[in-house]
Parts: sequence; structure tokens; C-alpha cells
Amino acid sequence: MMSAKLSPARAILAAFLLFLVTGPLWLPEFHVTLLNYIGLYGLVALGLVLLTGVGGLTSFGQAAFVGLGAYTTAYLTTAYGVSPWLTLLAGLGLTLAFALCLGFITLRLSGHFLPLGTIAWGISLYFLFGNLEWLGGHTGMTGIPAVSLFGLELKDSRSFFYLIWVVLLGAMLATRNLLDSREGRAIRALKGGTVMAEAMGVNTARSKIVIFTVAALYACVSGWLYAHLQRFVNPTPFSINQGVEFLFMAVIGGVAHVWGAVVGAGLITVLKQWLQDLLPELLGQSGNFEVIVFGLMMIFVLHRARNGLWPAIARLVPAQKQERHAVAAAEPLPRRQMPAAGTVLLQAEGVTKRFGGLVANKDMALTVQAGEVMALIGPNGAGKSTMFNCISGVNPPSEGRISFLGQPVAGLEARDIARLGLSRTFQHVRLLSGMTVLENVAIGAHLRGRHNYLAAGLRLERAEEARLLAEAARQIERVGLAEHMFDAAGSLALGKQRIVEIARALAADPCLLLLDEPAAGLRYLEKQALAELLRKLRGEGMGILLVEHDMDFVMGLADRVVVMEFGEKLAEGLPEEIQKNPAVLEAYLGGVE
Amino acid sequence: MDLQILLLLGQDGLTNGAIYALLALALVLVFAVTRVIFLPQGEFVAYGALTLAAIQAGKLPGTVWLAVILGIAVVLIDGGLALKSGNLKRLPRIVLGNLGLPLVLLGLISGLEAEALAALALPLQILLTLGIVVPLGPLLYRLVFQPIAEASSLVLLIVAVALHMTLIGLGLVFFGAEGFRTQPFSDGALEIGPLLLQHQTLWILFASAALIAVLYVLFERTVYGKALRATALNRTGARLMGISTTMAGKLSLGLAAFIGALSGVLVSPMTTLYYDSGFLIGLKGFVGAIIGGLASYPVAALGAVLVGLLESYSSFYASAFKEVIVFTLIIPVLVWRSLTSHHVEEEEE
Repeated sequence: MMSAKLSPARAILAAFLLFLVTGPLWLPEFHVTLLNYIGLYGLVALGLVLLTGVGGLTSFGQAAFVGLGAYTTAYLTTAYGVSPWLTLLAGLGLTLAFALCLGFITLRLSGHFLPLGTIAWGISLYFLFGNLEWLGGHTGMTGIPAVSLFGLELKDSRSFFYLIWVVLLGAMLATRNLLDSREGRAIRALKGGTVMAEAMGVNTARSKIVIFTVAALYACVSGWLYAHLQRFVNPTPFSINQGVEFLFMAVIGGVAHVWGAVVGAGLITVLKQWLQDLLPELLGQSGNFEVIVFGLMMIFVLHRARNGLWPAIARLVPAQKQERHAVAAAEPLPRRQMPAAGTVLLQAEGVTKRFGGLVANKDMALTVQAGEVMALIGPNGAGKSTMFNCISGVNPPSEGRISFLGQPVAGLEARDIARLGLSRTFQHVRLLSGMTVLENVAIGAHLRGRHNYLAAGLRLERAEEARLLAEAARQIERVGLAEHMFDAAGSLALGKQRIVEIARALAADPCLLLLDEPAAGLRYLEKQALAELLRKLRGEGMGILLVEHDMDFVMGLADRVVVMEFGEKLAEGLPEEIQKNPAVLEAYLGGVE
Repeated sequence: MDLQILLLLGQDGLTNGAIYALLALALVLVFAVTRVIFLPQGEFVAYGALTLAAIQAGKLPGTVWLAVILGIAVVLIDGGLALKSGNLKRLPRIVLGNLGLPLVLLGLISGLEAEALAALALPLQILLTLGIVVPLGPLLYRLVFQPIAEASSLVLLIVAVALHMTLIGLGLVFFGAEGFRTQPFSDGALEIGPLLLQHQTLWILFASAALIAVLYVLFERTVYGKALRATALNRTGARLMGISTTMAGKLSLGLAAFIGALSGVLVSPMTTLYYDSGFLIGLKGFVGAIIGGLASYPVAALGAVLVGLLESYSSFYASAFKEVIVFTLIIPVLVWRSLTSHHVEEEEE
């Protein structure tokens, strides 16, 4: 699969690695030191790429996590003579505990409480470092021992250089691996797709806590490295200003890409050196004036180029022709035991949903059996989508009983209902427009994989990943979108995007499928193909609950029909009965006076 | 601790709390109208205090130049847009509205001798200070936030932090690293039983109460206040009703600048302020605002007073850990909010 010829991108990467390997042998001391700092800062910025660029969350308190790593090792090695490798574990443990606490507290609240919480945390910890006598107060702690590796003491900055960059490159690789996995897709859905992800079985709160924790752990490792490079710590480098500067690095470098962290750390570190010499001379007084330039740069970047410098750099390299090889065949995933045809899958009774004073659903009831298509129809605003949201747990009902496969589900989280075998599409398409159709559909199969974040970072889940992708590809072929498999989902016509939603729901291997206006925006032939697919699914024993406005489509397909008006059930029966029902005719066509 | 100290600390806490309450109100206002978590609020406090200090020292404060330069930038951008669309009639308004006041103040202050400037009556000096700092609010909104008004609140927050850093750096350029105090509004103290109230304390409490009352009237009784409330509730809906969200944004930042600068002017006789002192003061307002969930004005104000009292008493018992205690207060508050709120995730791209 890989071309034997070296592509320009690979050649540049190889040159960069060669530079890193040989650098300490010929670079002047000052440049080696600078590169060491770039590596240390890059590791922190990498965590922010994961958190901010990918996950859509942010933290201003990363410097405090760096401090936690640095102070833990500084204290334990100097006061008790503990080996630095053990203090690394201690620091990671401590960071883990703090990050989990902060995460649990703030991530349940809306988005801005995490950054505000991290500001408070960053300031508190900074003042704590500065005021605790046993941590050296504002003067700090000296005499931190060097790290030794395989009997070799890493005493000077040239030998320490290799440790820093091996750790950074390793973290970059692990981050990239993680993002290109099942859990990685769930993480990428956090930015603008949480409702959809929850309905596909993703625990989005957990994904958020995980990326916050990973970012904190990267920062902690950076702090540990810093302490043993400097052999001295004081509170200054762990202030809230440094925390903000880490965010500047990530954003200016390119917050959506792992290389953006290195570019940003490099640029800001070098620029800071230069500006700290230049600006005080220009202004005739001393002080940290470089923040003015950094602040203005940030504002400019966020106004004009929100993805930072990395995309601009990546464009300079001639793009490789993307190989669109087919998805490799893999052993099919195990399938759910389908209930026998005629089994009652879903039973809803007395479902009422209020939004403040508005009653969107009132005392609704319906059932769906295995192997039938039940259509839910009604004029616009009748409350059909609200009913869907009640059933699928996206927006639970105010009152009423809903049972799925005999189990009460009213009030359960959407992801728990999904786990029982219910899958759905959305009326307003909820795809991640920047991701490919294949990746979008693979999110549907989320619950069919089990490997965790660590396995993904270390690429130990490749067999399962291949099976998940093969399943997604199979569903895409099944709905007839094979030619669009590798296109960005957002580039498809709206009708086709609805079909992608169906493929995604099918990838979950459901026994009950909720389709919200699947035929809207489709052409005649496409509608016929869709009806054909739904008939086939029904034949396999799947229950289908369908909201649709196209009456030809509904009447040709449905086994039973429920009509809603003003949030209440107006009629229920076979399609022929409904078509003759005077109340329904009045609701749709207006009464005959 | 005897009663005397208890009361003294309480008075101290209440005074600071009143200032934090004002800032908390400004933060809630800006957040509600623009979705910006306005971290630079504290810089208006420092700018207000240090601008007044510069005037009292008979010096031209650098903030005037900032207002002039920002005004020129806005005139160039908006004027350019007006020229492009052939809308020449708007030009005088653009120039006067954005550059008029800063230029007049620049002329006025540089026209005065240093001694004459320093000898101006205090109310006039305060008026000059507000005239310099308040226009910064709308100008900064125009340049920094208006172009990305529709961005996600995460982007807005990061931009706010970037602006905060820039303004801190500029504050250092304008005022140097030294701290300043200004003259009290009036000397003397009032004795009520065992309580000795400094006049400045009374000024602060009085001004805060008055300002809160004025804000209340503004929001309840005036059409601009109602427009702000409408924008806070529903941006699109407000726009459909003919309310300019740009105007609302400028107005809310103007109010924030006014509240910030006034707070700075009020506290600067009691505490020495440095170019970067605003940040911590503003953040304590934030802790108050967070107690109110960034939504409720009265709860935010009460929370801010609580922060002031906590700060004051903890500075007595464990002065080194004063900041740690105040900022850790946010944690139980967040826990409590997290347990009581039923947050339905709103999505934004």
C-alpha cells in the first residue's frame, strides 16, 4: 500500500528527525537549550490540541499541572531521596486525582465552567507553591538530582535533549493514534456533535474527562522533565500567565493538529527570546512587553485563520495523492439476536412532554413490533420529533411509561437506550461535516467495540478497528453510497446526508430503528431504493418507526399508522383506514363546512 | 478576635465586596449580551485608577493615546466600509462618534500645564478619567469582538484572554511597574458606636448602591436597557425586532468599562494599584458572578459581597493563603451548581 518512493512530506519528516538526532552534536549550547524548552512546552501544547482543538474544551490551568509534576518530584527527591522514576509515577497519580476531581466538578456544567475552574485552580496552586515553607516559598527548591537512564546520568542539556524529544514524539504519535480510533472518533464528535454521539452510545462526559486528564498528564510529564533539566524549581513558571501562554502556543501553531503544538511552541519560544531583547530597548524600560505582541497575534489568528499556522505550512508541501484504497475486509462483528417477528419491541403509554407551559406531547401512546413498519404522521408541529426524542432518551418525557423489549426506559440516558438496541436518525441531519462518510458511519458502531483509550494510543486495537470500519463500509454499500465512502460528509447533498444517517444507525446493529423524515430531499428513484431497503430490513425482523410527510412513501410502506395532531393521538390503524378517516382528512385538508 | 477587629474586617470585606459586586454585575451583563466571558474587566479597573493617578500627578495618561489610536482604527475600518458602499453621509458620524471624545480629551489634557492638571477639582479629574477609559469599551468591542460576534463562546473566551494579556502589557507601557494611590474623595471618618467608618468606605458603599439602582432603572425603564435584555434572551429574535446586536455589544462593553473605571477610581485611595492589579480584582468579581451562575444579577452581587468578606477574614487568619482560600471557594460552588443544575447540552459549531 505504501509507495516505495519517498513523498515530500515524508522526506521533510525524515530530515526533521535527522536534525533532532544529530542536533545536540553540532548545535551551539544556546540552541540546544532553546530546543529543550520548545520540546517541554510542545508537550503541554499537545495536550491543549487534544483538549481545545479536537474536543472543543479549554484550560488556562495547564501551567499548574506542569507545576504539580515539577514540585512533586522536587520535593520527593530532595526531602526523601526517592528515585526520579518513582516520583514521576507519584506526580502522574497526583495529577490524575486532581484532573479527575476538576473534571467531574466542571464538565457536567456548560462549557465555560471548565476554563473558569482551571483559572481558579491555576491561581490557587501558584499561591500555594509560593507560600508553603516546606516547598521553598517564593525562592523555590534547589538540589534536584539528575535523572539516570540505563546507568547514564543525564546531567547536561545535550543528553537531556534526547529524553525530552523522545517523550514528545512518543506523545504525538500516541495522540495521533488515539484520534484515529473508535474512542478518537467519539472525542472528535465532542465539538458540535454531542447529542448525536450520545444517541450512538458514546458517554460524552467520560470522553471529555478523559481528554482533560490526558492533557493534564502531558503537562505533568513536562513539569517532571523541567524539574530535572533545571535541577531547580520556583513558582514563577507555573503562574496563570504561563498557562495562558501555553494556550497561545497551541492556537497560533494550529490547534487542530498535533504538529501545530510543536510549531506553536517553537514560534512563541523563539519569538519571546527575540522580543524580550528588542522591546525593552525600544520602549526604554524593562518588562514583559512581548505579551502585547502575542495577544495581538492571537486576536488576529482567531479573526482570520482559526486553524493557526499549521495548515499554511502544510500547504507549502506538495500534497500527496490521497490513496483511496477500499476498506480492508475483516471478520464481521457479532450480531444481536433479533427478537421474533411480532414481538412487541416498543410500548409507549401516557407520554407527556412539557416545555415550560407548552405541552408538545399529551398522553401519547404507540407500539412497534418486530418486523413491522410503523409510521407516525401528522401536520407540521404536531409533536412527532418531540415524541422521537422522548423515546430515544435525547429529551426525556415529563410523564409517561415507555418500555423497550419489556424494560422501562423512560428517563434513561440516550446512550443506555442505544445499548439496548434502539438506533435513530435525526430530522436535522447531525453529521460531523469535516469527517469522512466512513468515519461518520463508524461512530454508529461505537458500542460494538470495547478497546479503551490506552489500547488505541498504543495501536493494540487494530483488529477490532478493522472490523468496525469493515462494518461501516458494509452499511454504506448497503444504502448505496459506496462511491462517497471517503468524501467529507458535509460535501454531500442533503438527501444523501440523510441516507448516511441511516447507514450510521444501521451500523449499531439495532432491532428498532427510528427514522425521522428519511425521504425528505430524495429524488423519486432514491425514494424507491430507500423503500426497498426498509422492506428488506423489515423482512430481517427489524422494527421501524418512521416519521414522514411523503404520503405515497408512507402508505406504500407502512404496516400501521399513527396520526398526531397538536401533540395528541388523532387516529391509529391500517393505512387504508387512515386514508378514509374523516378526522385525519380534516386535519390534513381542512374541514368541509 | 475582639469585636473591634471583627467589625473592622467586616467593614473592609464589605467595601471590597461592594466593588466585586459591581464587577460581577458588569461580567454578567457582558456575558448575557455578547456571550463573552470578559476577563479584561479587571484591566478597566486598573486603567481607571492609574489614569486618575497620572492626572493627579500632572501627567498625560497613556490611555488617552490608546483611545485615540483605537478610534483611528475604527474610523479607518468603518469609514472604509462606508466609502466602499458610497454611504458618505455616515462619515461625519463615524469620525465624531469614535474619535471625537478621545481627541478632545487629548487636546484638553495636553493643553493644560502639569500643575493646572494636578490642581483640577477631583470631580473634574474623575470625569476626565471616565471620559478616557469608557470609550475604550465600545472601541474594543468594535475591533476585537464584533468581527467574530457569531463565533463559539470558546473562541470568544480565548480572544478575551488574548485581549486581557494585551491590555496588561499596554498597562505596563503606559504606567510603568510602580504602584499608585490616589487622593481620597474626602478625608475623615464617621464614628458609629464602636465602628469607625472611613469616608472613602462610605463613598464606595454609596456609589455602589447608587450605581446598582441606576442600572436597575436602565434595564427596567429605558428602551436601551430593554434592548440589551432582549439581546441577552434571544439574539436572533432581538435582531428581527430591529435591535442592532452590534449596538447592544458596544453598549454592554461601554457599561462594563464605565463600571470598571469607576470601581478603579473608588478603590484607588484605599489600596495601591499596579498595572496588573486589575486581574485579581476582576477575577474575584468573577467568583461572585459564578456563584450567580453567570445569569442572576442579585445572586452574583451577593456572591461578590461574600467573596469580599471571606477575603477580609482570611487575610486576618492566614494572610499568606488569602488568594488560595478565595479562589478555592469556587470549587464548592461549582460542586453545588453541578449537583443542582440539570444541564441540557446546547450545541454550537
